[in-house]
Amino acid sequence: MPDERPVEVRGLVKRYGAVTAVDGVDLTVDAGDVYGFLGPNGAGKTTTLRILLGLIRSDEGEARLFGRDPQHELPTALDGVAGFVETPYFYPYLSGRKNLELLAAFDRDGGRKRIDQLLRLVDLERRADDRVNGYSQGMRQRLGVAASLLRDPRLLLLDEPTNGLDPGGMRDMRHLVVRLSSEGITVLLSSHLLAEVEEICNRVAIIRTGRIVYEGTLADLRASAGSNRYRLRTTDDARARQILLTHPEARDVILGGDELTFSCAEAEVGGISRALVEGGLGITALVPEELSLESLFFELTEDEPQEAAA
Amino acid sequence: MSGALVAYRWEVRKLLSQKRTYIGIGAAAVLPVVFVTVMALQKGGPYDAPLGHNLRRTGLALALVVLTFVSRFGAQLAVALVAGDIVANEHAGKTLKMILTRSLRRGQILAGKTLASFTYVLVTLLALGLAGLVAGSIAWGFNPLTNLSGVQVSAFRTLWLSAAALGVFALPLIAVAAFALLLSTWTRNSAAAIVGTLVYAVGQEAIGGLVHQDWARHYLLSDQFDGWHGLFMSPVAWTPIIRAIWVSALFVAVPLALAWAIFRRRDVADD
Repeated sequence: MPDERPVEVRGLVKRYGAVTAVDGVDLTVDAGDVYGFLGPNGAGKTTTLRILLGLIRSDEGEARLFGRDPQHELPTALDGVAGFVETPYFYPYLSGRKNLELLAAFDRDGGRKRIDQLLRLVDLERRADDRVNGYSQGMRQRLGVAASLLRDPRLLLLDEPTNGLDPGGMRDMRHLVVRLSSEGITVLLSSHLLAEVEEICNRVAIIRTGRIVYEGTLADLRASAGSNRYRLRTTDDARARQILLTHPEARDVILGGDELTFSCAEAEVGGISRALVEGGLGITALVPEELSLESLFFELTEDEPQEAAA
Repeated sequence: MSGALVAYRWEVRKLLSQKRTYIGIGAAAVLPVVFVTVMALQKGGPYDAPLGHNLRRTGLALALVVLTFVSRFGAQLAVALVAGDIVANEHAGKTLKMILTRSLRRGQILAGKTLASFTYVLVTLLALGLAGLVAGSIAWGFNPLTNLSGVQVSAFRTLWLSAAALGVFALPLIAVAAFALLLSTWTRNSAAAIVGTLVYAVGQEAIGGLVHQDWARHYLLSDQFDGWHGLFMSPVAWTPIIRAIWVSALFVAVPLALAWAIFRRRDVADD
């Protein structure tokens, strides 16, 4: 079903006793997206991914992968879909290659011929015949990606794929995700690392205590913050401060370091800059203050008790 | 190849890669040798055991006497070690979520595990039978056997009857494996499944000892471990053999149905 969206989730609810881990989640991932599913630990990201992979049942709502319901149409609902939740685990007493052969067999030998190629791709070729119990966390993580790619997926669901990796491993994993995306694979990637999401994702959903608090592009997220705060540098900042303090539209004027910051409506910025110039000042910089993604993230996800389970 | 057979093939390969698999098979192979060695070092022996009076006269009796000795506890322990672990270790190792997101159905995966557990039972008994045959024949020769009715049976016929006896003995042992698999699925804890299986086996023995009505005792699993005795009577006593077949089948079907019901709907999340 090529026209169906890779991921479409509506009103998803999962309860564990009195705790609601996922509370009415809606997600839409379009073909070609590298979609960041962002939230603090315990917000409900992994639970949502488990539902998508058919590992657990939702209590309410609907989840569809390419139009198929993983709650009721397994294993066909996972055709063209691969991924892992939390750290990928393997049989420690089997080699990396044997683990992949097992998984290929469980996929009806679909990817068996590609095992060597995938081991090369994730840089495990030389350790492929060693038992997995001797692998580092990073190697297991890479083997997890190889195991996912065995299925030749159109959609990859990756849960914290850089977890436990050293900085070099994290960089390599991000490059790999970008490369896979460029090859046409849609990626839904959960993470609590803002930098990671900012670097590789074109769209994000932010989840807090089981609820989606934002879904859209990062640019829209920044724009939606609408701080109306501006940074100003002039030839004489002390004099500029005096002018701003007397201007009826400028508020919260602060002189700090080598610049001034102040708040005003966007329509008033022109009037303020004219007043500064008429006051004999040269303006060297006047730019809107952009909230960092980090501060937006904290704004959206903090100040609420942590109730939900992972 | 069907999905269940794919799962079965890989379950067997996984079992072959794990040390615990060789504990039961190794013990089954070593036990007859130990038995012969101990008897060689002392006079007398377990002559009151079924077919025990044949010991020292023919090596063909050895495996069958050892079978009686292991039927109360040892065989169940060996089976519990593997069948009690086969689902639980996937939970403990967190590998279940990996295989459940591939192209096989849950039922096929459980069927593969079930068949692998049953194969293990058969291989363990085969190891005991072969080791008993070799060790017994070396020590006491390949001679005719006097059966439970006092009739002499040729060595070759005894050989075939011994193979059939191992087959009949395998039935209640497979039922024990089915129960271990249920506990393994239900508890998701290997130790609990192994101990629970032993309690189940010993409990049936205890109830069998308490119940004096034959009609009741005959339908306990513990009684079916003696079903093979019917093969060594003249004429062959089919009643205990047929009962061992259908009672064991019942004790296999109920735990497997429960295990399947649990496994197919269970949420796979980290506990």
